[in-house]
Formats: sequence, structure tokens, C-alpha cells
Amino acid sequence: MSKFQALDGNAAVATAMRQINPDVVAAYPITPQTATVQTFSEYVNDGLVDTEFVTVESEHSAMSACVGASAAGARVMTATAANGLALMWEIVYIAASTRLPIVMSLVNRALSGPINIHPDHSDVMGIRDSGWIILMSENGQEAYDNIIQAMRIGEHADVLLPVAVCQDGFITGHGLERVEIYDDADVQDFIGTYEPQWPLLDLDNPKTYGPLDFYDYYYEHKRQQIEAMENATPVILDVAKEFNERFDRDYGLFEAYRLDDADVAVVVANSTAGTAKTVVDQLRDEGLKVGMLKIRLFRPFPAEELAQALSHLDALAVMDRSVSFGAMHNAGPLYLELLAALAAHGVDIPVTDYVYGLGGRDILPAEIERVFRDAFDVAETGEVERKVTYLSVRE
Amino acid sequence: MSELKGWKEIPIGGMILEAGNAEEYDTGDWRAFRPVFGEGECINCFQCWLYCPDSSILVDVENEEMVGFDLEHCKGCGICASVCPVNARVRKKADEELERNDPRLCIRMIEEGKFQEAGDE
Repeated sequence: MSKFQALDGNAAVATAMRQINPDVVAAYPITPQTATVQTFSEYVNDGLVDTEFVTVESEHSAMSACVGASAAGARVMTATAANGLALMWEIVYIAASTRLPIVMSLVNRALSGPINIHPDHSDVMGIRDSGWIILMSENGQEAYDNIIQAMRIGEHADVLLPVAVCQDGFITGHGLERVEIYDDADVQDFIGTYEPQWPLLDLDNPKTYGPLDFYDYYYEHKRQQIEAMENATPVILDVAKEFNERFDRDYGLFEAYRLDDADVAVVVANSTAGTAKTVVDQLRDEGLKVGMLKIRLFRPFPAEELAQALSHLDALAVMDRSVSFGAMHNAGPLYLELLAALAAHGVDIPVTDYVYGLGGRDILPAEIERVFRDAFDVAETGEVERKVTYLSVRE
Repeated sequence: MSELKGWKEIPIGGMILEAGNAEEYDTGDWRAFRPVFGEGECINCFQCWLYCPDSSILVDVENEEMVGFDLEHCKGCGICASVCPVNARVRKKADEELERNDPRLCIRMIEEGKFQEAGDE
């Protein structure tokens, strides 16, 4: 039997980690993720898990230890945020290219500088091309559920890639909420035993990890990574299906909220989806046909499925909690990618971008309502006057 | 290098699944300088054999003699020439600064491109 507990997002992830009982966790504390590894270290101390907990001197070392342990054949997890992820960056790429299914909880926080500890998505966008699978979570429950599914996704023989599970720092990371925690045995049964195919510690079959790889084979190994990303989407759907049946959830590649008959909609990721749903309900009560699409899978980006789900709209607004400086229109990365996805799949609807919430700036229902009302104006004229809006920045 | 394989035919992640495979990788074609015996008589001290990072010093074990260089794997780093005590003695005795390809040395380093030209083979 599962039970409901009052947990913040960090504690929910730490609970998932306890239930997963990984062989190795190597991590370094950084706000707003600290509570995850701190709580987990107590589980280690109390003998609730069999995990070898490696305390390291930096995130670069944390990810390096994860790479070594995963190559050895261990089931490995870690957690970080913002500048911690930035310090890991070199090894983040090595983990993916060495095809090590490490699972990382990423509690999103704004990258310095100026220094800031509050949420936005600039940290995760820095690793979007690194070869990691990236899942986004609206709340602690989703972070918990995604972490459990991430084990199965990353370790799948057709995938073998590391997985980052995101949630917004403080808003859900430190926000207490009602989280359904499944039976330890059910979680164990769901994730199964990890059987690494090429463990370095299999001394009877010595092998080399991470050798020099020049112009003669490097490109072929990159091609394999592309294939693994291709394979990941159906695996993520299969794992979600099994998870949904077992734990009574409704995970897919994304969540469509009152979207089917909507005239205009917003696309959001992480905690803002919760606020947006409230606004959708309010506007629906006024008789306005509005909807929302919440990104769950950011990498691999399900372009075709997203384009299909949004194709009937009269106007679309994308909400970006980060900005890609110097990119087209100085827009956010989610907008740019969606714009390309829609164009590539023949969906010709007006799309606007709303950069918001940088450095933890609050996003209020009234602001999301404004985004919807703007979208109706765009839908009426069919013209996009202002492509990118920097929402709630003071002039 | 043997025939290059496609991406479906090789282990993922750059892994090499067979042990002792370094021999299959011909690193000799990276070489810019080639080690060559000079006039200085080898005393078979095996310092070069000990220091060579590519196990490219060929030794006749039975007769305990240094017999040459494995040019399929030698990258031409010149460590053999640097650690050679005969080279050191020749350099000390000479009244001048010696080039690395001086014929008086025991192990000389000759530019690959000029090797044929020098007619030293």
C-alpha cells in the first residue's frame, strides 16, 4: 500500500533514492538541492540503504566519481543545481558519451552571475546538447515519479544514457506538499535489478573505458549516441505506460491540460504549470477556450508529437524561464525549439515567447492571464506584433 | 589500421572490449622524428627500453642486446635518446652543442621527411 506524506520536493527525491537503494551516490551540497543529499546521507548513516556515499570536494569530482562507479557496473545517482552543474559540465558530457546510465536530480536554479539561488532554467539549458535525457517535473510528486522512471529509462539496453530529472528550486524543491509514496517493495520491483553489460569490475573480461578516440571513430560513437536518443522516446513511453498502470498515474511525453478544444494555449515547464492550470480553469469559467501544454520530456525533444498536439490552435504562447542571449530575437530556448518543431511539421500558427521568472522572479496568475489575453489578440489578427516579451521586467 | 568499421559494428561509448589491444593501434604514423642508431656504441644498459612509453625498443632477450626500434608503434618522442647514457657521454666530450641527429650519438633522432635524403637507412 502506498501512503501519503507531507514532503518537499527534495525530500520526495531523497525518498525515491532510499527506495531505489543505489550502489553509489557521489554528490556535493548546493542550494537548493542540498536537502536531497543531506537527507539521503542520513539514510546512509542510519543503515536504511546499502549505498556507498562518496563525499567529494566539488561537483566536478562528484560527476567524475559517478562516471567511475557507473563504468565499474554500479547503479549510480547524484543531485545538483545551477553552478554545481556548471562545474560538472565537462564530466556531464563524458557521462553521456561513455553511455553511463547515471540518474541526477537537478533542482533548477539560476546560474550566476550576479549570484542568485532562486529558480530558473538557465542551468539545465546549459546541458541541453550534452546527450543527457532531460525530464521536467511540475511538483514533488512528479519529481519522485520521474526519478523512479528515470532508472528504467537510462538503464534500458537500447538507451544507456544518463538522465536528469528537473524540478524548480524552492517553489517545489522546498515547498511542502502531499506526495504519494509507494511501497518500497513496489518501487524495487518496478526498477528491477540493474545488470550492467560491460562492468569494468568484471575482472575475467578486462576492457577499456574512455580511450583516445580520433577522427577515425569519434564520429561513429556520436552517431551511436544519436541512435540512443532516437530509441529513448519509445522507451520513455513504455516505461510511463507500465508506471501508469502500476501506480495509477498518467505520464506521457508531455501533459495536455484542457488543450483538445482550446483556441489558444501556453507551453510551460516545471512548477509554473501548476499556476497556469489555475489560470486556465479561471478563464474557462469565463467561457474562454484556453489550454496548456506542459513539457515533460525536453531531451529528446518530441517535436512531431508536440507539433501535432498544438496544430489546432489559433495562437500559441511559449513561457521560457531562461533566455538564450544573442539567439534569434533574443528569445528563450523552449520557444526557439518549438518554433522549429512547428515549422518542420507544417504547423503554421502564430507563436509568441514570454521570458519570465529569471532568478526566481515570481510568476503570478495575473501575468499568465495577460499572456492568454495577448494570445487571443494575436489569434484575432493572425499577426505577431511582438515576438518576445520579457514578462514583468521593470523598465 | 585495419578496415574501418561502421557505427553499428563497434562497442558503444568508445569502449574497447578486448584486453591488450594497444598493439593493434599503429601509432608509428604519428612520428615526426625517427630514432636511428648512430656511431656511439650501445652498451646495452636498457635505459631506453625502461623509459620508452610505447614499448618500442626491440630487445634480443637471449643475447641481452638492444637490437632496434619498433617503428610501427614508436611515436618518435625521443625519450630513448634523452635517457641514453652513451648520448650523454658523447655530448659531454664534444666541444660544441650537438644537434639531435648528430651521427656521433648512440641514438639519433632524424626528421622523418629527411630520413631518405640523409641516406641513413
